[in-house]
Amino acid sequence: MVSAITTLPPDRLAPLADAYARARRAKQLQTIVGAVILVACIAASLVVAEVKPDVLITNFGRFSTYIDRIFYLDSGQLVFSDIYGTKDSWYWGLGKWAKLIGETLIIAYLGTAIGAIGAFLMCFLAASNLVTNRITLFAARRFLEFCRTVPELVFALTFVVAFGLGPLPGVLAIAIHTLGALGKQFAEVVENIDMKPFEGVMSTGGTWTEAVRFSAVPQVVSNFASYGLMRFEVNVRGAAIMGFVGAGGIGQELLSAIRKFYYSDVSAMLVMIIVTVFVIDMVTERIRHTLLGQERAR
Amino acid sequence: MKAMREAAVADKAGLATRHPHLMRPNWKSRGITTAVVIGLTAAFVAGFAALDFSWQRVFNGFGELGKIITLMMPPSYGTEAKLLLWLTALGETLAIAFLGTLAAAILALPFGFLAARNVVPSWIFRFSIRRGLDSIRGVDTLIWALIWINVVGLGPFAGALAIMTSDFGLFGKLFSEAIEAAEETDGEGVLSTGGSELQRIRFGLIPQVLPVLLSQVLYYFESNTRSATIIGIVGAGGIGLHLSEQIRTLEWQQVSCLVLMILVTVAIIDVISSRLRFAIIGRRTSGMQI
Repeated sequence: MVSAITTLPPDRLAPLADAYARARRAKQLQTIVGAVILVACIAASLVVAEVKPDVLITNFGRFSTYIDRIFYLDSGQLVFSDIYGTKDSWYWGLGKWAKLIGETLIIAYLGTAIGAIGAFLMCFLAASNLVTNRITLFAARRFLEFCRTVPELVFALTFVVAFGLGPLPGVLAIAIHTLGALGKQFAEVVENIDMKPFEGVMSTGGTWTEAVRFSAVPQVVSNFASYGLMRFEVNVRGAAIMGFVGAGGIGQELLSAIRKFYYSDVSAMLVMIIVTVFVIDMVTERIRHTLLGQERAR
Repeated sequence: MKAMREAAVADKAGLATRHPHLMRPNWKSRGITTAVVIGLTAAFVAGFAALDFSWQRVFNGFGELGKIITLMMPPSYGTEAKLLLWLTALGETLAIAFLGTLAAAILALPFGFLAARNVVPSWIFRFSIRRGLDSIRGVDTLIWALIWINVVGLGPFAGALAIMTSDFGLFGKLFSEAIEAAEETDGEGVLSTGGSELQRIRFGLIPQVLPVLLSQVLYYFESNTRSATIIGIVGAGGIGLHLSEQIRTLEWQQVSCLVLMILVTVAIIDVISSRLRFAIIGRRTSGMQI
């Protein structure tokens, strides 16, 4: 592998070496400036966020104790030793919790469905290749931005006041957030379509709606389904905490278990949530791969 | 245009006989589409029925919501002292998001490498790390916040730790995927000149993936700013506490003011982070900018 490398004569080497050194210095300067800004931001944040490393170090034991403690029953046994059966078992409330997980899933599904339908209707208005009217474009985009930037829980809190406690405000909050998030992703998909079919339909005298229906929709529908499934998975996680503000699902029960230190109940519900999310993650990923595979085969 | 359209419509039968393969319906794909639509609709109706909504409540609720929206106008911050308090809380929110994201990225970096196929070939090791990261990710930020409050007490520090924990799982997964997507050739080049395995990772892999990782971190900094706005609802610092308080006391004008403040802040962070991202990846993707 080792062989002698002939170097250039010094007079030709000098300018090259010079240019290299200059480029290197410029890069180093950039790195230093970046590092200084970063350190300043960190220092400011440490003060503002009241970071107390000493408290963390002295109390870190509590974190591991907590994680450890939730896996023990009140009787002092490990939860896995007595999973189900009596009223002192780990999953003593399985029926109740399963029902709440079911409610969580339904909230997520209804929210995703309503939001996806809204996003489907809105996204063509927010795509710069289909809409030439800047006012429509601007309005559609700002509307979608509003829907996804206001946090779900803020919508949920407001809707709880308007609609009362229960799953309905949760569904609506998720629907609005989904509308904003999917609307943006859908619009980006629409902006990347092949415009020839669209021009073709328009050139035969089709209306804008017909052109969208027969040229844009067939190109985007599988991508839309894929994004919709991904959003469903995100929304299941979101629906699991809707109960924190009284908007249905398992969150309410989980919050009260954490606040009242029913340790083994906390781990029982967390495990149920994690498993549910995991299963949905796997199923949706399988479907998405099939969809994308079809897309590529076309 | 119109004449052409009418001519085409008038000649529909002729077109059908001349291009039969284009006009014939595809029964198989139609059947699948219909089945999927019916299935989704049935699930929707069933879900709606299962939650047992009363239509009366839905209609009353929308009426109530309309009233709330009118009460929100115009946005107002009440007293100057309150505004100052909110601005401090907003700063706290930003600090929570920033520290949480940064700490998560630093912690997740080694795990990202350990969970990547082209760094650690051991299947079992990788699988267990990935599932561990998935479980951390499966627990929501708010739940982590509640747990951290037990450790460090109420306040923004607990919020930053919560963002750190939940993003640790996310970044670990994203990083490992980015690392697996890297080109093999650079590393092979390093090995061919006699470099060691560690040198392959340092010079063949890291320069490739670092920009990608940084851009992901910046992207999630923006998303974490949104999460940090609500983390105060459970008492972990930031503007969420004030927001939920104003909603609970039905001070709608102040609610809309707070929401406006959040929107502006997130928009600013969005602009900064996307600028930096484009500077790092070195290309401007089209769309969504006006």
